[in-house]
Amino acid sequence: MDSNGHGEFAIETRGLNLWYGDFQALFDVDLKVRRGIITSMIGPSGCGKTTLLRTCNRINERLGYVRTTGSVLVLGHDVFAPEVELVQVRKQVGMVFQRPNPLPISIRDNVLFGFRLHEARTRKVARAEEDEALESALRQVLLWDSVKDRLHHAATALSLEEQQKLCIARLLPVKPEVLLMDEPCSALDPSGTEAVEEMIWKLRGDYTILIVTHNMAQARRASDECVFMLLGKIVEHERTEELFLAPRNAETADYIEGRYG
Amino acid sequence: MFTATPRNRRSYRVQNVARAAFFLATVALVIPVLIIVATLAVKGGPAISWEFLFTPPRDNLTAGGIMPALVGTIWLVVVALLASVPVGVAAAIYLSEYAPDNLLTRTINLAIINLAGVPSIVHALFGVGAFVLFFGAGTSILAASLTLAVMTLPVVIVATRESLQAVPPAFREACWNMGATRWQTIRKVVLPNSISGILTGVILEVSRSAGETAPIMFTGATAYIVFLPQSVMDQTMALSYHLFYIATQQTGVPEELTFGVALVLISIVLLMNAVSISFRVYLRSLKKW
Repeated sequence: MDSNGHGEFAIETRGLNLWYGDFQALFDVDLKVRRGIITSMIGPSGCGKTTLLRTCNRINERLGYVRTTGSVLVLGHDVFAPEVELVQVRKQVGMVFQRPNPLPISIRDNVLFGFRLHEARTRKVARAEEDEALESALRQVLLWDSVKDRLHHAATALSLEEQQKLCIARLLPVKPEVLLMDEPCSALDPSGTEAVEEMIWKLRGDYTILIVTHNMAQARRASDECVFMLLGKIVEHERTEELFLAPRNAETADYIEGRYG
Repeated sequence: MFTATPRNRRSYRVQNVARAAFFLATVALVIPVLIIVATLAVKGGPAISWEFLFTPPRDNLTAGGIMPALVGTIWLVVVALLASVPVGVAAAIYLSEYAPDNLLTRTINLAIINLAGVPSIVHALFGVGAFVLFFGAGTSILAASLTLAVMTLPVVIVATRESLQAVPPAFREACWNMGATRWQTIRKVVLPNSISGILTGVILEVSRSAGETAPIMFTGATAYIVFLPQSVMDQTMALSYHLFYIATQQTGVPEELTFGVALVLISIVLLMNAVSISFRVYLRSLKKW
């Protein structure tokens, strides 16, 4: 572990069980997500991928009837510990949703929304600093060139692909360690998917990315490690090429060959 | 081929009858409104003049204008708004954004809907007991306005809650995920996007407060006072109560005068509704989702 308590793994779950009311969605999940790489999660609908993802920044518990046991360590710290401040967890762990959800304000205000919440609270932020954060975030998601002349336009008028990139961009100015992505391309057309994948691949190294996908081809071409889940359990977690070339588990093999799912 | 079978023709006949029935129901709804407005305009129109609006009544309410009633109604409505809007909006924000969905919350919601159904004369009696006597406000604008506020509170709460809930949950989720607290989310995203609906509720409350008679007749309205109110502790005339009084309690009032008051009252209410609707249309057009 380095001085910030950062070990080799950005996310680590230990014996994680989760219930929605009486329904158990996760069973003893032990997941270790390595820092700085892209890890994808695949599996049939309802297998718990999204639930697991949403547990990592505690967005699930808002539902009220969710109960968990076990622990989730993000950057070496248990996010369920009593002294944990949710706002700080979510600053470190950004989330991207299936459907792009830009706020109905300008592109500029969208990107700077989180930045202003976290930075402007403790000190006065100069306009120049905002501009810098804005440009850097938009450049990282490859959106700067196409929107730099219309930063004051409504974000909701962008194409879906641009909206999704924007939703990723607005997480970046607060410098998160982890980006959780819940099927970020499922609302996009093929060329949009390609563009967003390319962008995600560019973020690799700077951020730890955990991405849920239904699209096995996407998992295969755009991730370093791959997790296969079935019925709330992790069946296999391997380097992506190994998982697809030589799955150890019969269920994994059946799934990636398309026999069910 | 492709020609109507007897069965098709029967369907069309039924369909035409149904359409005619629904159309007649709609007409039946509109006609009374038109008749009321037309009658008021024809009979009360000649009474309307600057002098009518801006002079006090004379000769035992049988002549002169309605200035004290007009001003009194404005006082009553403004004070009622000051009392009910902050409380109503805050309660709606709590119910919509903070409160968990449990038995208590559902009971409160049910209570609010029932409160909206309480007859206004019952609110009046409550107002006498609570504000006039218990809190010692006496018969005053304050007591009357607070009674109006209690009466219109459910409307404000329901209208506000509904417009808050019309804001897509995805916006809230986006904010929370960037680490915004609930209050930051409400202030920066939820309220700006629901303000049009809230204002609509407020304006509807204005028109209802201006029109009600029962809640103010025991709590602060008086039949005849030529002076304009100086503070919320004064009694006042009000348009609705003035109309009730000259129409039923006073003899020798020219018909023209009575209809004139009614015309002014309904104009205020319709004007408020029109403002509310155009405001909503305007704000709606600014939204991009």
